[in-house]
Amino acid sequence: MGKRIGLEVSLSAAEAVKMANVDCIAAYPITPQTHIVEHLSELVNDGVLDAEFIPVESEHSAMSVSAGASAVGARAFTCTSSQGLALMNEIVHIVASMRLPVVMILANRSMSGPISIWNDHTDVMSIRDCGWIQVFANNGQEVFDHVLFGYRVAESHDVMLPLIINMDGFILTHVIEPIEFWEKEQVEQYLPDFKPIHTLHPDKPVTMGGVGMPSIFSEAKVAQDEPLKQSKSTIISAWKELGDIVGRYYNPIETYRSEDAETLFITQGSYGETVSLAVDELRGDGISVGLIMDRLWRPFPFDEFRKVTGQAKNLIVIDRAISYGGQGGPLAIDLRSVLYKEKNQPDIANFICGLAGRDVTIGDFKTMYHKAMKKVKEHPREEDFEYYGVRGK
Amino acid sequence: MGILEPTNVYAYKLITKKDYFAPGHRACQGCAEALAVRLVAKALGRDTIVASATGCMEIISSPLPFTSWRVPWIHVAFENAAAVASGAEAGMKVLMRKGKVPKKKITFLAMAGDGGTSDIGIQALSGALERGHDFIYICYDNEAYMNTGIQRSSSTPYGASTTTSPAGKVIPGQTTWKKNVPEIAAAHNIPYVATACPSYPIDLIEKVKKAAKIKGPAYIHILSVCPTGWRLLPELSIKAGRLAVETGVFPLYEVEDGRYRITVDTGELRPVNDYLKIQGRFRHLDESMIAKIQARVVQEYEKLKKR
Repeated sequence: MGKRIGLEVSLSAAEAVKMANVDCIAAYPITPQTHIVEHLSELVNDGVLDAEFIPVESEHSAMSVSAGASAVGARAFTCTSSQGLALMNEIVHIVASMRLPVVMILANRSMSGPISIWNDHTDVMSIRDCGWIQVFANNGQEVFDHVLFGYRVAESHDVMLPLIINMDGFILTHVIEPIEFWEKEQVEQYLPDFKPIHTLHPDKPVTMGGVGMPSIFSEAKVAQDEPLKQSKSTIISAWKELGDIVGRYYNPIETYRSEDAETLFITQGSYGETVSLAVDELRGDGISVGLIMDRLWRPFPFDEFRKVTGQAKNLIVIDRAISYGGQGGPLAIDLRSVLYKEKNQPDIANFICGLAGRDVTIGDFKTMYHKAMKKVKEHPREEDFEYYGVRGK
Repeated sequence: MGILEPTNVYAYKLITKKDYFAPGHRACQGCAEALAVRLVAKALGRDTIVASATGCMEIISSPLPFTSWRVPWIHVAFENAAAVASGAEAGMKVLMRKGKVPKKKITFLAMAGDGGTSDIGIQALSGALERGHDFIYICYDNEAYMNTGIQRSSSTPYGASTTTSPAGKVIPGQTTWKKNVPEIAAAHNIPYVATACPSYPIDLIEKVKKAAKIKGPAYIHILSVCPTGWRLLPELSIKAGRLAVETGVFPLYEVEDGRYRITVDTGELRPVNDYLKIQGRFRHLDESMIAKIQARVVQEYEKLKKR
């Protein structure tokens, strides 16, 4: 069992990056990601971590430098938030198509405008279709564990895809939590050295990133999507081994008091813990309610969701991003697709809330439950959703 | 200039026969940019890693599953060749330091066109020069966005007609003066900056070799005649490059640790019209515009000589 230390989650995330023995860190400062890269630069400048810290002039270059480093066989790390992610968007897509296993922490923050530094999931949802493996963390310990998990999965030869760890800005990045560090031996046991399949080296010249004419493009894209879908088995076995080593077992979706629950909350990220407390209180009132926390976002865990929602009558999907002009939040949209052909079709109430860090309390989630029950009786159309707690509505 | 005047010597014995940029690529007839790329690849040799921007040289050399590259080569996007090269250089440095890759001298080359350098890529370029990566950045300047169909860039010369600076009835072509990127590079106080042109192959190769030897960032700006975009006969490519130098439109010089030196002094400058008149992109210029260009060229050349 590793040491338990009370530490800001950002600093512990940086410590996990150090334990992963990364070679290259390229990053540009943006709130609320800053504490992670600040601490990494300290570790490098103090000689604790032997890596190149490249203080780039933009996030676009952060991802481009990471691509170049990964292409020569270096283990590359970067992290960003909202506008930074938007600026690097172009390269985010290309890194996935080039099968470069970069790992990125995304300290989730709202997309401008109005400009805001606070937390929601509008940034990550803007790159939902970028081809990276994407996971959400509920707390600081999960962020720590998933850094090591991230490299383990991304660099697996049957995967070779980049991976994003979503951690809620401020709610996770700026709080102090007890974090259980891994022992060095545990890291060595779990995470082998990066052994790339192809690298840029004069002894064996390869061409990377050539032009895809129409005759070859579709095949190239399918050859990219298949391993992303198939990565789920590697992801699940990497979680299993992680559990066997450090005793914390993770799954594509996590359940809390969900068995036989008539109504299920569905969340992503740090809201899971708050909702679990709301579930306890509602259960105390004799209400049959449970919680599903979506950890794996891409590849999307279709089967797992079908299985756990099979008995439920109602789903309350909590989204923290907007699909403008669409049918609710991105998570609700995917869940409706999951359930479309199922015999049991729970009613879905979709709330978009907590935009730009607005507090959503245990009481708010309880209110959402009661609102949802009223809605169910009214039989809403599938595209109906509610911006929760918005004044003037 | 010694007896082996680099501009005049018949060079086939002075240049290696070994090619790292293979024949069979898809460049247009008379493409001096492809020739420049070939000379640069010869000069750098096998132990080179190339990061290329999107552009003519990228599409003509890498149509999957084919490649013209006999050295490791990567293309990621348009504006980030300098950043990708930064990452490759830093990554290799740390891998060698940690003993994960055997130690060896490898040259890192970032290459882009004038659009990828003077416009969309200038931020990444400035960042990489400022950070001091040990790499060479080469701008192959054909003075417009040729790959997308001859649109103007900030490197397009004054007066030139392009598809987005057409010679109209009111506005006669490009209204701005060519951005001086070698000067911008030199302002970063990097150890080596040079201009070159494949019409002067020995000068070009010497500069590239020097850039490879120097520790730290080097920037080379290569004028690359584009017959397609300049509305020029393909067989006049090499001559046009020579005229650009002989008229002073594109002087060949280097800046080593801040010291300027004109490397090809062709004597008294020829009139700029000798250069302009063979190109269709300048065919609409009237005498007053030619005079304006002439005055500007002389002024800039004098400024350069005083540095």
